[in-house]
Amino acid sequence: MSAETTLVRRYSRTTLGALAASGVLVFVLAWFPAFAGESSVNRLTQFFSLLILAVGWNLLAGYGGMVSIGQQAFLGLSSYCVLYLSLHGVLAWWGVPLAIVFAGLVSVPISFLAFRLRGSFFAIGTWVIADVCLLVVAQVETLGGGAGASLSDLNNYRPVTVDDVTYWVGLAIAVSALVACALVLRSRLGLALVSIRDDERAAEATGVNVARTKRIVYVLSAAICGGAGALLILANLEVQPDSTFSVQYSAFMIFMVLVGGIGTFEGPVVGAIFFFLLQQWLAAYGAWYLIILGAVAVAVTLWLPKGIWGTVDPKNRRSLVPLRHRVTRGRDSTSLD
Amino acid sequence: MIWINAIIQGLLLGGLYAMFSCGLSLMFGVMRFVNLAHGDFAVLSAYAAYVLVEHAGGTPLWTFAAVIPAAAIIGFLLQRLLLDRALIGGSLSPLLVTFGLSILIQNALQQGFGANNESLFVGSLSYESWKVNNSIYLGRLDVIVFVIAVALIAGLQLFLSKSRPGRMMRATADNRRSAALSGVNERRVRATATAIALATVAIGGLFLAMRTSFTPTSGSNDLIFAFESVIIGGLGNLWGTLLGGLILGVAQTVGSQINPADGILAGHLVFLAILAYRPQGIIASRYADS
Repeated sequence: MSAETTLVRRYSRTTLGALAASGVLVFVLAWFPAFAGESSVNRLTQFFSLLILAVGWNLLAGYGGMVSIGQQAFLGLSSYCVLYLSLHGVLAWWGVPLAIVFAGLVSVPISFLAFRLRGSFFAIGTWVIADVCLLVVAQVETLGGGAGASLSDLNNYRPVTVDDVTYWVGLAIAVSALVACALVLRSRLGLALVSIRDDERAAEATGVNVARTKRIVYVLSAAICGGAGALLILANLEVQPDSTFSVQYSAFMIFMVLVGGIGTFEGPVVGAIFFFLLQQWLAAYGAWYLIILGAVAVAVTLWLPKGIWGTVDPKNRRSLVPLRHRVTRGRDSTSLD
Repeated sequence: MIWINAIIQGLLLGGLYAMFSCGLSLMFGVMRFVNLAHGDFAVLSAYAAYVLVEHAGGTPLWTFAAVIPAAAIIGFLLQRLLLDRALIGGSLSPLLVTFGLSILIQNALQQGFGANNESLFVGSLSYESWKVNNSIYLGRLDVIVFVIAVALIAGLQLFLSKSRPGRMMRATADNRRSAALSGVNERRVRATATAIALATVAIGGLFLAMRTSFTPTSGSNDLIFAFESVIIGGLGNLWGTLLGGLILGVAQTVGSQINPADGILAGHLVFLAILAYRPQGIIASRYADS
């Protein structure tokens, strides 16, 4: 029909195939509780919480260039928001979306403080802010103080129902987080973000509103981490300040994103799967698993800085997600856009 | 009178924080990143001293002679083997590597020693004090730590302003490329800075272990306090760091006086207030914008 031309495309066979496969996967996962045992359902819920955290941290650090060690602040605040609402008559399941919004809203004023710091100082500054949240929440007696509290309003439901609904909540948050990330990265905002990460001054000079772009990403990442926090209180049915505001969550997020491939869309997914398997395998070895985690994080940063996905796909050609346009040669009648 | 006592005890505690933070400040000046395992090296030194005392006996004081040089050597090797490489990988890598190290050290200590509180017992030194009046007592060890902290910072400042390697360090901190062009061996400067930083944090760790107690994970708090001191005082200025340590110490003891559980929180709030109203720190310097 037409002559050979140069085409600018976003979709390719790979991305369409991956999209279809993801659709099937989500469908299967949605039906999973119907045919799987409770322990596998609960394990997958655990996996979803890891995946959500990895996606949230990758958006912030991998695309926004902001290494935070304080995202557990939003995780904990969101858990406590679900608890607070449930104590005031809002069923915990309905509390989840409200808690996610709450985490996003709280992060706005926090960002004004945290953005005073850059680089290394931003990292520790966010940690201090998370510590302040911990110390303050631990003093609120109506929320259980330092000892924490349990979520009791789901006791009226059968445990199996509670587990299954928690699973679906987890799946929904994980899928929404991934879709939200993909949409952001495809948008103008995503382009601005990548330009800031690569060179902040150059981005500013070309008209990117750096502060605003970073703030949007910070808030979005906080909301995603809040999603993980809301999921964790549903899964554990209790919350305790020292564990929910623990810096260990930051360690997990960093590990998953680094190993998977920082600054790639697929990286946190690969990293979350890797970390989940590692956890299952090393669970019996106590502190050893964290020792290995630390060592792997050091080794990967130094010798495999692009992580697993970045090494598999170094030039970002096999991307499974239609995030960027690329130039190809072909007949325009075959254009899939 | 209890408030005056709280302030005096806070100043003494602040000396210890300043001791922790001068190494952090030095490494940041030369390499522009914060060593996130800084506090864990303090705790590691404390455990090293603990093991030496357990197995070789004697008072903890002699362990200084073994632990501090060892820390300096570890710092040198750390820089050569890991951090130099991490610096090539952009600004995120050193943060991620040192955070990984922090997890590694904390959990290795946990595996080796359990999660218990440990402490270095220094005999009569740990409880003897000078009486000022009926409500104010100055712990002898606390005063000694304070004096050593001030001496350490003065010594470091003298080293940076007068000695040849110190001048090279300042030159590198000011402008890395120009310094390298005028013949500064950057690799050596970095390794020296890290060696000094780890030696100072080891001194801080040993004194902390004598004054209070330590656990495998207490390094996180030590790092946060060191960082807060640096930011409160103002970046790139060792006397500012001392001042920051003192302010943090006073904030914590006065906070504990108001409510025993609020000491650390009060310190954090002072830090956040400084961040909100005077982000360049109390003593601003030329590095403040970086």
